[in-house]
Amino acid sequence: MIAEFGLAALWLAAALAALQLLAGSLALTPRGAGLAAVVRPVAVVQGLLGLVAFVALIVLFCETDLSVKLVAMNSHSAKPFIYKLAGAWGNHEGSMLLWVTVMGLSGGFLALVEKRLPEPTMLATLAGQAFVSLGFYAFLLLSSNPFERLSPVPAEGQGLNPLLQDIGLAFHPPTLYLGYVGLSVAFSFAIGALVTREVGPAFARAMRPWVLGAWIFLTLGITAGSYWAYYELGWGGWWFWDPVENASLMPWLAATALLHSASVLAARNALRAWTIMLGVVAFSMSMVGTFLVRSGILTSVHAFAVDPERGSFILALLAINIGGALTLFGLRAATVTEGERFAPVSREGALVFNNVMLSATLGIVLFGTLYPLAAEAMGAKVSVGPPYFNPMSAIFVAPMLIVLAVGPLLRWRRDTFARVSGSVALPALLAAAAAVGVAFWTQAGLLPMLGLVLAAGLALASLLPLRGRGLRRTPLAVWGMVMAHFGVAVALGGMASDSAFSVEKLVASRVGETTAVGPWQVRLDRIEPVAGQNWTAMEARLFVSYRGGAPIAAFPQSRSFWTPPQQTSESALITRWNGQLYTVLGEQSDDGRWQLRLWWKPFVTLIWFGGVLIALGGLLALLGRVSSDLRRLIAREKIADRRQRQGR
Amino acid sequence: MSEQQKPRPWALWLPLALFGAFVVVVLFGLLRPAEREVASAMIGKPQPQFDLRPAVPDRPGLARADFTAGKPRLLNIFASWCIPCAVEAPQLARLAGQGVQIDGIAIRDRPEDVAAFLARNGNPFARIGADDVSSVQMAIGSSGVPETFVIDGKGIIRYQHIGEIREDQLPLILDKLKEAGL
Repeated sequence: MIAEFGLAALWLAAALAALQLLAGSLALTPRGAGLAAVVRPVAVVQGLLGLVAFVALIVLFCETDLSVKLVAMNSHSAKPFIYKLAGAWGNHEGSMLLWVTVMGLSGGFLALVEKRLPEPTMLATLAGQAFVSLGFYAFLLLSSNPFERLSPVPAEGQGLNPLLQDIGLAFHPPTLYLGYVGLSVAFSFAIGALVTREVGPAFARAMRPWVLGAWIFLTLGITAGSYWAYYELGWGGWWFWDPVENASLMPWLAATALLHSASVLAARNALRAWTIMLGVVAFSMSMVGTFLVRSGILTSVHAFAVDPERGSFILALLAINIGGALTLFGLRAATVTEGERFAPVSREGALVFNNVMLSATLGIVLFGTLYPLAAEAMGAKVSVGPPYFNPMSAIFVAPMLIVLAVGPLLRWRRDTFARVSGSVALPALLAAAAAVGVAFWTQAGLLPMLGLVLAAGLALASLLPLRGRGLRRTPLAVWGMVMAHFGVAVALGGMASDSAFSVEKLVASRVGETTAVGPWQVRLDRIEPVAGQNWTAMEARLFVSYRGGAPIAAFPQSRSFWTPPQQTSESALITRWNGQLYTVLGEQSDDGRWQLRLWWKPFVTLIWFGGVLIALGGLLALLGRVSSDLRRLIAREKIADRRQRQGR
Repeated sequence: MSEQQKPRPWALWLPLALFGAFVVVVLFGLLRPAEREVASAMIGKPQPQFDLRPAVPDRPGLARADFTAGKPRLLNIFASWCIPCAVEAPQLARLAGQGVQIDGIAIRDRPEDVAAFLARNGNPFARIGADDVSSVQMAIGSSGVPETFVIDGKGIIRYQHIGEIREDQLPLILDKLKEAGL
């Protein structure tokens, strides 16, 4: 019953999306103006119906209703409850349902709260949102029905990919989806603005909270995903330039650029066409990312999400949505009136530079991700890895970080380097000192060294915008910017430190033997079989001590799941303030030795700490923007109120 | 791309053109037949001359002379930074377990990375040469990693497998080895 109920809700939601598109479009014509009043309520109800369908699916998974095909394929009655819950979106159909649900809810929320934009732009925006949603509803209902029944009903489900049975990963995809789909609102805003040619500060202010919100979720999603890959895959690496990772990085790069260009548009009414373009590109990258993950046309560590046939459907959606938006852009952008002018050396100039560098990095990543496919079209197979991505992205990111150190200090419109040179002298000096120190006392390679130097300089420079301000009276948005930029420096420092100073040890060790890795002594104390709810494992007890200190126990496991049968290694991590010891238990060799893989990774945790700081910075900025918007709104209402009373 | 000058009209269509190129490329990727064999120009020809230093301390390096011992062998082109190479590792291990001689060439790699890769994924290789500038890879007609060549007992290249060897492709590889005289 619940499955049919959910399916009915989904069909109704799709029908309402069609109505929303139709009414929104017709309301823009003189004869259909009467329909305008329908659009907002329809958007709200559509979002709620999507939510109903999604909740129905969650209920089915929690009850392990095996008569539903999706549940039988992806769940198992012996699975821990939290993973039953996560199973609802840990698969193709469920995650697509989550996608349309979030899209519908965003549209509904937008319809409820956004009152600042001219009504035609809002109608076009909501129609655009409905158009994109409609495509995904069609995809769900026609080719990926999550509520399909199974007959006969199986006695037991087929389980969930054990790699996905992890608490971090249970919440990683929904977080990323909130980011991806949040950008759909920016996309719809861009469409709305192109249709009505209303591009200006009001448009940027309306769009900005959505971009900020989506960007925060993307940042958190990427940070969490990177940490997941780090400890779950047991390779000791934290970023693999894997197509699926790139798929989440590309929308983030576009959203970061959009965030900054929207600020320029909001503050100075410049960069009009460019902001619109980025609004289209950011969500396009989200859809491209989803396409790359879902279609499986690229080999990836995330092979569990692969399905080539559905790829064609998503590609068709991509072609219609992105192709349509870019055609509209080509037709209309020339008529978007020119924005305000500014000098090359100015806050706007620095932000434009940052935008171009971010876009170039995006291009590099997109090119590297797709190149194997393009090469294959020419008849050659290639695999593109870190030897391409690392130096190529550094070429554009390094200059961007230098400008990032200076940019926030520049004035809007026109400024000189001479004015800010005094302020940046100290960070520059620190960076130079770091360069000398790294070059003399370590054997760090060129890129890690560059990273450490930039991180040192930027960490200090990012705090400079607070100088000379009353800290209590500094707006939240400025605090947010400072924190996010500082987070960039922190994360960069972690990355550079990991690649410069990591120590790796691979040993075949007998029980009782001790191995040294960096400052650590690691003793293999015993190996024991252990069992969990749906797995068995060999577990090692390691006693590790840092510089001869008190021993700490670590328990890396080599796990075997039985539904479906699969081996995974569960690393054990010992975290200190200055880094992490990463231990992995491998296989037993014939002579009774156990393979141990050990890494000492100084300051590696800064990578994710920095990521969280960046997201927190975004959150502060969002709170600042929203509260000042609210204050402005209230003030405006008061004035209107007073006028009304005076009118009487 | 500041707006001090208006963008030229054609520049506004550039994004659409790029997106069109993207669609063409992925459409090709979607429509390609699952199994597609690209014959290397080197098939049926003897291997080029090469002599590579060892990629890891515990395995000898690799030279053309190693392939003329009379038995067909596999030559696997791999790299520690390549994810599909890790994916195919169990298949190589199975082949090695069945007594197939496998030699490797590590492309643009560092000894410690190769050692780590092998420790992680198993080491099916009898010999591993280090090809730091892809010169041997190019000469042998390989354009990417991973690729696997079947080389007969006289050092003649018999078959080139592009991309990772998947589980269902093991019989294919064994057939090709038999054709080469195993």
